[in-house]
Amino acid sequence: MAQERLAAIAGIHEYPLRVAPGVSSMQIKADSMKRALDDAGLDWGDVDGLYDALDGEGGGGLGLAAYLGIKPRLLDTTQVGGSSYEFHASHALRDIAAGRCNVAVTTYGSTAATQRTPIGTGGLGRGGASWQQNMESPYGGTLISNYAMVAHRHMHEYGTTTEQLAQISVATRKHAMRNPEAVKAMTDLQFVKVDEITVEDVLESRIIADPLHLLECCMISDGGGAAVFVSPEIARDIKKKPVWIIGAGEATKYRENNGDITTSAGAQSAPAAFGQAGVTPDEIDIAMIYDSFSITVAVMLEDLGFCAKGEVGEFINDGHLAFDQPGLTLNTDGGGLSSNHPGMRGLFLLLESVRQLRGESTSQVDGAKLAVAHGNGGLLGGTHTGGTVILAAD
Amino acid sequence: MANRPQPSFPEPDTQHFWEGCKDGELRYQTDADGNVVFYPRGHSTVTGDRDLTWHVSAGLGTVYTYSVVRQNRMPGFQELGAYAVAYIDLDEGFRMMSTVVGVDNPVTDIHIGQRVQVEFEEQDGDDAYPVPVFRPV
Repeated sequence: MAQERLAAIAGIHEYPLRVAPGVSSMQIKADSMKRALDDAGLDWGDVDGLYDALDGEGGGGLGLAAYLGIKPRLLDTTQVGGSSYEFHASHALRDIAAGRCNVAVTTYGSTAATQRTPIGTGGLGRGGASWQQNMESPYGGTLISNYAMVAHRHMHEYGTTTEQLAQISVATRKHAMRNPEAVKAMTDLQFVKVDEITVEDVLESRIIADPLHLLECCMISDGGGAAVFVSPEIARDIKKKPVWIIGAGEATKYRENNGDITTSAGAQSAPAAFGQAGVTPDEIDIAMIYDSFSITVAVMLEDLGFCAKGEVGEFINDGHLAFDQPGLTLNTDGGGLSSNHPGMRGLFLLLESVRQLRGESTSQVDGAKLAVAHGNGGLLGGTHTGGTVILAAD
Repeated sequence: MANRPQPSFPEPDTQHFWEGCKDGELRYQTDADGNVVFYPRGHSTVTGDRDLTWHVSAGLGTVYTYSVVRQNRMPGFQELGAYAVAYIDLDEGFRMMSTVVGVDNPVTDIHIGQRVQVEFEEQDGDDAYPVPVFRPV
């Protein structure tokens, strides 16, 4: 199938601070929307579509339009965890192609660090009685331990090692050290060592939930951002090069009797996205993959089709994920591991993809033409979503 | 551990399962075609039919995967020290989240593929629901 140019990302903004006391999530959302519109050369009043993941004080969604003071003709409040923003891009492609809106915005704001929200180590049992909560809350599982269960099974089935998985943390940190906002993030969040790291550093960091070490786990930061989705007609007149959304896929997966925990929803969403885009994984220059943990990236590299199931350890072990090595490049902004993770990182996957395809990244890959942004929402070892978006330079 | 979080009711899908725990029974469902349904629900996840039959598991299973939680910020669990969270594959064909108890060191004494047997751990409080946990056999 020929690539179609039906919708583009025209403007982006990543909120620069990872520790932002005295600022509300809604303020981060509004500020980011304004700056993303500025980046595109569009006005507040141009926005006629609003996507929102129901974040922010007051719950966003219905209340966000009121807060912003806009009256969009399309409102989509898809909330599927950290991959919500890949779903928003997917829906924007669909909605803009159908003529339902021309300038749409998704925003994100979070003060998880300032609020000291225990995303990774707090209990998974929140809210009232539910069929799933009643079956799982007695056991004290943490979010990290849920992902760690995937890692253990992957190691058991395929012989994957921590040494291999550590390559993900090492490459990501290398990129982070080139990104001034990431360096400030690690400094403000009081990382023990704000410097490049080695495989040995990862192995020597303490275990949080076996087999995952501290340096395999993402930070918890404040932050947020915005992206502006536009029609091809608008894209012709914006300030910067448009980045085209050429394919998208969505899927969900969950604990199943006799299920395979080492395969994620990405195995369903990625073929749909690549199929729509008319490209194959070996054509991709940049992989922006939700690095909540090392194992998340490992599983996604397989499920996106960059290597066969079970072979990721060997695939990444040569260190090629770093931007200055030949082969696929990963998470050039520093990722959730070393730059920005306020809880739902999916937006930043789109933003750094856009920077790469514009030529604006702090770890720029020369001539990058195609990027994949893959978000994972929820729990990799339990109920989760996968959202895959293929992006192309003009 | 005798102060685990308790299930909350009313919750119609899981109440019969938890009443079974009071009788020392690990209960699961099948649909008319014999498909195993778990976690408990009011419908078959294969056909959507609502005519499910309850059974009692022999309680024998295998550790499918696990993690040992070394750091947490949950009341009740923070004082425990390292503890395991696991998915157990029961021999009747259903997978449940649980924990593995009765080992000296959860980091070294639990492994994938280990055979385990259910037991019902008594909990503090009048009328508390015992919690199904697993011990190596």
